Amino acid sequence: MIEFIKGTLLITGALFVLLAAIGLLRLPDLLTRMHATTKAAALGVILIMLASAMHFAEVGIVARSFAIIVFILMTAPVAAHVIGRAGYFVGSRLWSGTVKDELRPNYDPLTHELKSGLETHENAKRHPRDTDPD
Amino acid sequence: MTGAIWNLLLGLAWVLLSGDFSGLNLLVGMVFGYIALVLIEPQVGALQGYPARLPRIIGFIGFFIKELVQANLRVAFDILTPPWHMKPGVIALPLSARTEMEITMVANLISLTPGTLSLDVSDDRKVLYIHAMFLDDEDELRRSLKEMEHRALELFR
Repeated sequence: MIEFIKGTLLITGALFVLLAAIGLLRLPDLLTRMHATTKAAALGVILIMLASAMHFAEVGIVARSFAIIVFILMTAPVAAHVIGRAGYFVGSRLWSGTVKDELRPNYDPLTHELKSGLETHENAKRHPRDTDPD
Repeated sequence: MTGAIWNLLLGLAWVLLSGDFSGLNLLVGMVFGYIALVLIEPQVGALQGYPARLPRIIGFIGFFIKELVQANLRVAFDILTPPWHMKPGVIALPLSARTEMEITMVANLISLTPGTLSLDVSDDRKVLYIHAMFLDDEDELRRSLKEMEHRALELFR
């Protein structure tokens, strides 16, 4: 029984990683590619780690497997966000089938100011952040 | 936070007193410690709200795994079949999270579910811009994102 569960976890994990690779090749633009690579690959690695934890069933290896899962869950979204954001603002073109873009009209490429679209006249004035590089 | 530390201390005390130094025994000790904390919560002010938080965290993990698998299968289907069913787009989601920590958590959770990727926060931190892969039903997507944000914020407040 446990052999069966381990096998299923390993195979589905590997399939998700394969899926991420296919998605990277097939999808049409940067942002949709980020969807495929980060999430499918993260889920795949998590499943494989669960299988290895079940296979060895030792405290040290189980603890390490869970540490790997936690670190992937912490780092994968940050990396995806940073790459996607940089690509978007550098001007990588969106796929022709994109139905909507609510960011573009609110962004000022000269000042790098990003409005929320909820401003009243009062808070629409520019208040530079302390952390702004320029 | 005090609740979690006390729970860990009680678990360690259980491990020391029973003399069985294994991870499983620590887990057993933590469970007993949790039950003890639930029993004394009405008398001790510092523990206020701790027992209610654990079921919420477990419920949230379950909810999140369900979303993760569901959305992954949807993306997988679209990658494997030749015609594109997706309708990608960038939407602006008004945030109810206020502090930097809360915004970071919400943005990361949104990035982790397949089909949505957080792009940027507006300068006044009121709106999160999200790239979504499936915009067929925008209201439904906004509703489920708001539900996820609401559940995540409940864990911190």
